[in-house]
Amino acid sequence: MKRKLEVSELIFKIISYTLLTVFALACLYPFVYAISAAISGRSAVEYGQIVILPKAIQFDAFKRMFGDNMFWNAYSNTLFITFYGTVWALLYSILGAYALSKRRLLFRKVFNFFLVFTMWFSAGIVPQYLNYLDTKAVFNGIGITDDKWLVVIAMGMAAMNIILLRNAFEGVPSEIEEAAIVDGASEFQVLSKVYLPMSKSTIATVALFFGISRWNGYFWARQMISNANEHPLQVFIRLRLEEFTDAEAMAGWNQPYASDSVIYALIVCSIVPILIIYPFIQKYFAKGTNVGGVKE
Amino acid sequence: MKAKAADFLIYDQATDSYRSNPEQVVRDDVEKHYWLHVGRTILKDWRLYIMLIPMLLVFLFWRYFPMYELLGCFKVSDEVLPVSQQLFSGFSYFKRLLVGGDDLSREFWRAMRNTFTLSFYGLCFGFPMPIILALFFNEIKSDIARSVYQVLTYLPKFMSTVVMTSLVVMLVKQGSLTSGMGIVSQALASLGVVSQEVANAGLLNNPAFFRPIYIISGIWEGAGYDSIVFFAAIIAISPTSYEAAQIDGAGKMAQMRYVVLPSILSTIVIMLITRIGSLLNIGYEKVLLLYNTNTYVTADVVSTFAQRYGLAGAAKGIASAAEMMNNVVGMLLVIGANTIARKASDVSLY
Repeated sequence: MKRKLEVSELIFKIISYTLLTVFALACLYPFVYAISAAISGRSAVEYGQIVILPKAIQFDAFKRMFGDNMFWNAYSNTLFITFYGTVWALLYSILGAYALSKRRLLFRKVFNFFLVFTMWFSAGIVPQYLNYLDTKAVFNGIGITDDKWLVVIAMGMAAMNIILLRNAFEGVPSEIEEAAIVDGASEFQVLSKVYLPMSKSTIATVALFFGISRWNGYFWARQMISNANEHPLQVFIRLRLEEFTDAEAMAGWNQPYASDSVIYALIVCSIVPILIIYPFIQKYFAKGTNVGGVKE
Repeated sequence: MKAKAADFLIYDQATDSYRSNPEQVVRDDVEKHYWLHVGRTILKDWRLYIMLIPMLLVFLFWRYFPMYELLGCFKVSDEVLPVSQQLFSGFSYFKRLLVGGDDLSREFWRAMRNTFTLSFYGLCFGFPMPIILALFFNEIKSDIARSVYQVLTYLPKFMSTVVMTSLVVMLVKQGSLTSGMGIVSQALASLGVVSQEVANAGLLNNPAFFRPIYIISGIWEGAGYDSIVFFAAIIAISPTSYEAAQIDGAGKMAQMRYVVLPSILSTIVIMLITRIGSLLNIGYEKVLLLYNTNTYVTADVVSTFAQRYGLAGAAKGIASAAEMMNNVVGMLLVIGANTIARKASDVSLY
């Protein structure tokens, strides 16, 4: 009896380890391949000889990209949008979620529905586009000609994040708030001195969600930002991929790197910052889904 | 609660007459001056309402105003005039799309079918994978090894859609004069999964391969991350449950069947219902970045149809009508799913 049990367990364990290893390697492989292809020599890439490790290592593809002003421009635009976009979204989300978490708020259900309805139904791409065009006209009218501000202010709201924050605020015991009020704290002090410190991890998670979605934002940035100097990195990468033709490859005949390598180098450069901060933020990411808005 | 006579009137024995209940006087007063009462409460807590305003404005401007633009579905498309001054055209766009019988209508129905097919396959193949992964994670008892596996499998989730699709495009790209085909195409060709010519022509140019590529890349991207919620449910199972099962002579499979699965069933049901609710909200960005004119047959979904006609083309009315139909069906699915989830498990998703 005992023996049989051990055997079945062992078999299952072996299967788990094997399949997990295969899947984990499959997750990792494209990135490793991209790095290898970015730093391999021309003929190795063109004849498809690279499997895992790079061959005939060169760094000219990276050098060419680092010498490209547009690349640095796109990078700084992305940092700009990510930073200001996250700060702005966090600001109104925290204030709004705090108000929504209070039972004494009148029309609380109405406001909640106002938020939740946007998760159920969206007007669609075309009405949204017309709306952004109008917004852009208004922004231009009041002197904001940099379309990045349009992306920062008018995009990236997420009702789900506000609900996550609201649930966290609701979980703060009301006795602590009462104690603070007795001690003479104002509404804003209660929020900043009691609620914010007590829901730090949820705020970090939500900030992360906003930040990632800003860093990754592509479609509307491409639609709405007309000046190529203001394009964020994602738009820059995609445009490069679309422009990437054989004609360009032919033009660079005497280069030491294949034209593919430039694209791979671009991909690598755009994921390196995420890889660097990934170990630090990964635990918050895992926490966020557990909260998942499941609420009685 | 039933109102009693004493709630309204009180008998005064001294004067042998009735007088109004003072509590009821207050209630009457509140009722009569409802908005005054509202105003007073708001004034007392005015800071709270000030805090609410920025959020409400943001959602009003950029989530609700677009819904007003949806009126364009019922108006004669005229971009020069604002939507309120355009001429009314009734349901002609909807009619044209649904029963038009022309190429546009056929294209719309194709997009509808593709939306359903893509999301249905995504559900069938994409949904079980995170559960299986979570079961496997549970087998790894060493914390360090498990976090290594988890970190690796969550990784693709952090990549943007653009980077992810760029990688896919490069890995399965066609062969050309100056460079060979992508490494995945090479591998598939040498394994004999696809013929050399097909691989060389580029898998993303072939309608037959769009769906597999879309779904496999979806699993690659999301399965690890989606497994978190199931893994959390599995580690919440008390060890005594396993011990009890072992004493009763349950093998590994029996433990899976009788201990693990029942314990995580409610999580599975909720996640499944959520998935079904968002069935029609296909990530149009990803389709847009992966499809091309050769693969419209299998790849074109309603959102990309709307994008092509409404943003790239000028048929704004028709495009928003098409997407509105998709979104209304999607909304009904979400609401239905939420109602079922509430009934099934006393847990509401919103």
